Amino acid sequence: MLEVEDLTVEVEGKEIVHDISFNVDIGETLVLFGPNGSGKTTLLMAIMGLPRYRVTRGRIVFKGQDITQLPVDERAKMGIGILFQRPPVVRGVKMREIVRACLGGREDGAVIEQLAQKANMVEILDREVNYGFSGGEVKRSELLQLMAQSPEFVLLDEPDSGVDLVNISLVGEMINELLQKDRLRSRTNSGLLITHTGHILDYVDADRACVLLYGGIWCRGNPREILVSIKSHGYEGCAVCQK
Amino acid sequence: MSEITRSKAAREKAEKAREKAAPLGDDIDLDAYSQVAEEHPYQDDPSRLPLETKQRMLETGVVLDDASQRSGTFLQVDHSVVHSKAGQDGLEVMSTVTALEEYPWLKDYWWRAVAVDADKFTAQAELHQTHGYFIRALPGVKAIQPIQACLYLSQHGLAQNVHNLIIAEEGSELHIITGCATAPIEQEGLHIGISEFYVKKGAKLTFTMIHNWAPKMAVRPRSGIIVEEGGVFLSNYICLKPVRTLQMYPTAQCVGENALVRFNSVLVAPPGTIMDVGSRVILAARGSRTEVVARAITTGGTIIARGHLVGQVAPVKGHLECRGLILSEKGSIHAIPELEGLVEGVDLSHEAAVGKIAEEEIEYLMARGLSRDQAIAAIVRGFLSVDIEGLPPQLEAELQRAVELSEKELL
Repeated sequence: MLEVEDLTVEVEGKEIVHDISFNVDIGETLVLFGPNGSGKTTLLMAIMGLPRYRVTRGRIVFKGQDITQLPVDERAKMGIGILFQRPPVVRGVKMREIVRACLGGREDGAVIEQLAQKANMVEILDREVNYGFSGGEVKRSELLQLMAQSPEFVLLDEPDSGVDLVNISLVGEMINELLQKDRLRSRTNSGLLITHTGHILDYVDADRACVLLYGGIWCRGNPREILVSIKSHGYEGCAVCQK
Repeated sequence: MSEITRSKAAREKAEKAREKAAPLGDDIDLDAYSQVAEEHPYQDDPSRLPLETKQRMLETGVVLDDASQRSGTFLQVDHSVVHSKAGQDGLEVMSTVTALEEYPWLKDYWWRAVAVDADKFTAQAELHQTHGYFIRALPGVKAIQPIQACLYLSQHGLAQNVHNLIIAEEGSELHIITGCATAPIEQEGLHIGISEFYVKKGAKLTFTMIHNWAPKMAVRPRSGIIVEEGGVFLSNYICLKPVRTLQMYPTAQCVGENALVRFNSVLVAPPGTIMDVGSRVILAARGSRTEVVARAITTGGTIIARGHLVGQVAPVKGHLECRGLILSEKGSIHAIPELEGLVEGVDLSHEAAVGKIAEEEIEYLMARGLSRDQAIAAIVRGFLSVDIEGLPPQLEAELQRAVELSEKELL
């Protein structure tokens, strides 16, 4: 579904991600581990197509189409969605409006309410987007928008950061729904999940994992095994480990 | 008007201030405008006004086809009162000329909240007054629906000099929608509007004013508000259409304990428009509070957004906020917030931000599938839609409609 080939990305003239290649199959969830500053967010933003993240080499192929030069809204329309780790506050724009926009502009109040209920966000529908939101509210707001958007490919940037124990299981449930984890077969949605701590993996199963270090893929393997290793040796352990 | 009700002293002061330029705004040559207007016939049934006029009035929130939506209506075209009616017991709606004749005691309210000799415009309103509305709620009376007033200019080159007087007596509640507009032609004109508001003990007055002028109009409103103990004055001002020059600086005085004043302004300046709009609140009684919020967008025009809070006693609390968006290469927004604390223990603050739409916000919405234009439209719409606490739903709907109407032109 997604193929990333020799991708190099710079931010404000500085190269952050170097020659990364990987792919995510239909129905698959790939988890990307890595310490702060390893280039995880940069990689995700480049896949989403945010202009600040400039691809200088390589290409991104989604559903067989080269999307490397496609603007962000076109990628969203093709079925890519993203959970931002630190989304901006959009003053004046209400949650209800952004959810409606994610639904493709259909004026369906009932669907919006229903989705908001799932995200435990009903009270927040009439608040301005991300304005004064707690850490948990930010994540639930992002997931509510994604559920309305219903993307085939979900980019999840640290869904477990700044989320307390009460919220994390709800966040996990919503991600599982987005990734159709209830289906054993015929799963069509895929995801690329970034986590620094790995907490989210207590709630969401991933099929494969990569460790990102110094802007490159350091190793690939089984998510559980890699997580166990990171937990016991830290990312410092990865750094001394043979590539 | 009978000479008994006209104060000789006021007239003399006005005579002396005839040439007195206003401290703010471009000077205007009053002689360039005519003082003589053609008479327009009175209409018992305002729904029978010409369709074009009704449409133009509707754009300022004045509804003429359904009397049940309003508790009273006052319509003035040029110098003629074409309709005036109160639709609820305990509410009064009439021309101020009539009111001054009917209630001699009104002279105690006349030129008390605004100085007659403030500048040449107040002077002209005294010397050549052409009606204006008197709206009053008797003690304890709560208006069920908003009362609407429209001041309409249809004659080319005319100066309309109105003097309005609004009294919310003790414990009453009033919602007023005022629309000011010009006939839909490329016309020149001058509108001078004096408005004096008196909010008595425990009363609540919501005043929503929508201005739809024309690109060659000069507009000089002069407003003063006096709020007594526990009184609430909420003002919403919307001006989204071109106007050659607009300058106003309404001043509210909280003279009674725990009085509350809120000013919300939404301004859009297209190319060729100069708006110098401020709100001033004098907190002169303990426990009085205020919040002044201005949203300004320029698509090529000039906006000066002023604000001035004065804390004369303690404790009082006031906050001033101005947010400006520049949506064009040309155009400017100049925010001038002023805080003046005169005693220890006042709590005054302000925040102001002027700039373009943050790229990050546009991209965020685009990541949800909105095109760039749709994302900008959503942000601008959100910027303009003021959330106003305590605003009745009908007024909120009118504001929303005014914003939606202008949105298409804006983008």
